[in-house]
Amino acid sequence: MMRTSFGERVTDWAVSGFLWGFRILIILIVVLGTFLTIRAGKYTSEQWIDFVVSGISQGSIYALIALGYTMVYGILRMINFAHGEIFMTGAFGGYFLATWLTGIGFMDKYPAIGFISAILFAMLISALIAMLVERIAYRPLRGAPRLVPLISAIGASFFLQYTFRGFFGPGVYAYPRIKALDGDWAIFGVEILKVKIIVIVAALLMMAILYYIVMFTKMGKAMRAVSENKDVAALMGIDVNRIIVTTFALGAAMAGAAGVLYSLIFRQVGFFMGFTPGIKAFTAAVLGGIGNIPGAMVGGLVLGILESVGPALFLESVGIDRPYQLKDAIAYIMLVMILLFRPSGILGERISKKA
Amino acid sequence: MKKDNLFWFAIRIGLLGGIVGLFLSLIGMIEVFSKRDVIENVITLGDFMLLAIALATGFIATRTISNLLNQSKLVNNLMAGTLAGLTTGILIAAFVWLGSQINLRAVFLNASPALFDLLTFKRGAAGVWLLPEFGAIAGLMGALLFSLPEKFRQPITRAIIFLFGMALFSGLFRVVMINQSGNIEKLAKYLFGQTGLTLQGTIIFFVVVIAISMLWSARSQSIQDGFARLPKKGQTTIRVVLLALLAYIALGLPQVSGPFIAQVIVLVCLYAMMALGLNITLGFAGLLDLGFVAFFAVGAYTVGLLTSYGPFGLQHISFWVAVPIAVLASMMFGAFLGLPVLGIRGDYLAIATLGFGEIVRLLAGSDFLAPFFGGPQGIIGIQKPCLGTLGEFVRVDVPRVCNGIEFGGPKEIYYIALTGAILIAFIAWRLQRSRLGRAWMAIREDEDVAEALGINLIQTKLLAYILGAAFAGLGGAIFTVLVGSIFASSMQLIVSINVVSIIIVGGIGSIPGVIVGAIALIGLPELLREVSEFRYLLYGAALIMMMIAKPEGLWPSPTILRELHHEESELAPSKPSKAKA
Repeated sequence: MMRTSFGERVTDWAVSGFLWGFRILIILIVVLGTFLTIRAGKYTSEQWIDFVVSGISQGSIYALIALGYTMVYGILRMINFAHGEIFMTGAFGGYFLATWLTGIGFMDKYPAIGFISAILFAMLISALIAMLVERIAYRPLRGAPRLVPLISAIGASFFLQYTFRGFFGPGVYAYPRIKALDGDWAIFGVEILKVKIIVIVAALLMMAILYYIVMFTKMGKAMRAVSENKDVAALMGIDVNRIIVTTFALGAAMAGAAGVLYSLIFRQVGFFMGFTPGIKAFTAAVLGGIGNIPGAMVGGLVLGILESVGPALFLESVGIDRPYQLKDAIAYIMLVMILLFRPSGILGERISKKA
Repeated sequence: MKKDNLFWFAIRIGLLGGIVGLFLSLIGMIEVFSKRDVIENVITLGDFMLLAIALATGFIATRTISNLLNQSKLVNNLMAGTLAGLTTGILIAAFVWLGSQINLRAVFLNASPALFDLLTFKRGAAGVWLLPEFGAIAGLMGALLFSLPEKFRQPITRAIIFLFGMALFSGLFRVVMINQSGNIEKLAKYLFGQTGLTLQGTIIFFVVVIAISMLWSARSQSIQDGFARLPKKGQTTIRVVLLALLAYIALGLPQVSGPFIAQVIVLVCLYAMMALGLNITLGFAGLLDLGFVAFFAVGAYTVGLLTSYGPFGLQHISFWVAVPIAVLASMMFGAFLGLPVLGIRGDYLAIATLGFGEIVRLLAGSDFLAPFFGGPQGIIGIQKPCLGTLGEFVRVDVPRVCNGIEFGGPKEIYYIALTGAILIAFIAWRLQRSRLGRAWMAIREDEDVAEALGINLIQTKLLAYILGAAFAGLGGAIFTVLVGSIFASSMQLIVSINVVSIIIVGGIGSIPGVIVGAIALIGLPELLREVSEFRYLLYGAALIMMMIAKPEGLWPSPTILRELHHEESELAPSKPSKAKA
């Protein structure tokens, strides 16, 4: 018998009505805001290009972080809540090396080598810490109900944050100035900050390397096999534990590199810096389809651009005062919307709502 | 197993202990704790911690090895313990030596000369050689402690832990007791010094705890049996007397303890309310909500807007009318948030609610909505609750006069908070066994089966969400009058994390557990300034450790306990555990 009571039907209507209302509201704001902004013509095309380039550089950092979320989710089906903090540890590692190199004058003489070694050091620190976290907080919980490792990951996230606060204090460290990175480059006749371009190029390069590792090496093949089916992979002679640790380390290395790039743009590091980028990168990962590596890259770029362009394009002309305060809210609204309407993301395969 | 292999075990445990010691030093805990004495002018809390670590490594090394060998030989035990303690000492000594050679402070903020001074017991370079010796002695003591028969081991361990606790709380006890007059004041001065216990106090506590503990382990069974043998009526009388005593203490407490402790208890009550609310969504229905602070914010803002005499006050009604409205508003908001997100599955739900919580905070604190919610400046001038008639509203920024009893400070709001917490605990307790409560638990166990049994998933989940929101809203409403103002910046994610931690540590789905959790996680750090610096570090560690070692919590609910230990007791291979959400 499948008779539904009146009350049930009312709840169902309420749910779908609410969801439709939400969709319509968001679409209305976006369309109306865009229309009004373009008509008002407050920003020049150069400003728009600047917004977009900023968005891409920010988005490529999100993409790098998102790779770690997506790879771990692909293999373990768990949300590594502490991944934002891994990003933070990388930023700190890069900061200390860069400060030291600047202090002894190496950075001014060989900026390229200095910059690359800062990134490599950050990757190393992040990978080591991620392996430690995996060993202590996640491995004992493998196979437990989904919420259990998530809560442990939240614990790990706060533990790392406040460990770093204890180690390095609650203040913010100013990142050393790398002289070679000052100034602009002209691209298509538009002056763009050198740092942004270097960040974009470095991030794309890192992603290309990761993509190569995952798609064309034996290790990457093993990783894909484990994410497909752990038991069968084990039967084929793959050391599943080792692959899982490698995945954590690889994802963390990407986050560590992202930490250096992020601090190049924002010029400061602090113990709390990982949280917001972490959530946004998760948004990017879900946006692109979690578990999907190209998806994370696309998702990061889309989120970065929307976040950078959004306040000026959608919000300002709808009558919202100081729209830049709501920049983070745009990312969070995106997050909620994707989880609501298309949890499989842009490029993700359809996964059922129930685990 | 070969002998040298076993010693390698001891060294490994010693190294782990050393790493823990170094970690605590580098995050600054040892230094902060050194400002407090365990025994006045004899040993500081920091030294005590270091020795306790070495002692613990000795103890654990001995236990591990005698477990591996399946026998407890005294010589082996003592050697293993000493070796472990020695390793711990050597590692810390090596760190001190390193610190004297290169400037570690360029990286680690706390690797200061003061820390090295502490680690060498204020003896400079010569102290480096003392460290391994002290470590070895402490490790030996740990091994001895393990080798003692059970009858003595437990009381001594308890006494050491108790002394640690007493030393932490000594300042508090002292202040409270000195406020009384006569003999209590003298007793306080006899037992507690300025910075820690006095020597005679330590000895007295040590002996008393050991005596009580030994007596208890010998007698507890017969006392329980005696209680069970009493007639029904007698049992009820004893329970009523105990309850009356508890009520008497609860009513009189703020008058005796002063406003500070009253405020701490109010905070504990508020967090207990929120935790009981989240316990419904997370503990009963299995929905993890990381944006729980949003409901707290709705309750707070509703009361603030309705009662404030500041520029954002809308209605200037009394607190007692505003509270039900605030609870209703939170419930509506719960439905509003719950409707869309409840279709999302478990771990995604957690992140989506986190997003909602952050959106609420960002919107409430933005200039865009500042005309309504005060933006970053917040809402100020919230009218205190008044039992009696409230004077007319004159003009902005002038509080209304209260003809009657005004609940002005924490000492008075204590009663409101306590009443609220008891009311909510009662409701939660009644809900747990109700038809609705059982439906929630069915959903937590298996959504598909629950649906097949005729439970409407959306409705039932929504009810869990709405009721949880109502509890948090009440908490928010009382919080507002306690503080007298609301700022969007106080509605951080960290509040939600606090609440989740309370539930996890206390015991998921267990009402007494949640209350114990609130006392332990909110009350203790508020009372102890030393601990409060490291509270989130400790919460993080607690979440991980609870998930690994004791996922049912400190005071588990019987259902959850049975579930979690169900598979272990089954001999046949069980099917893989199903996702909760």
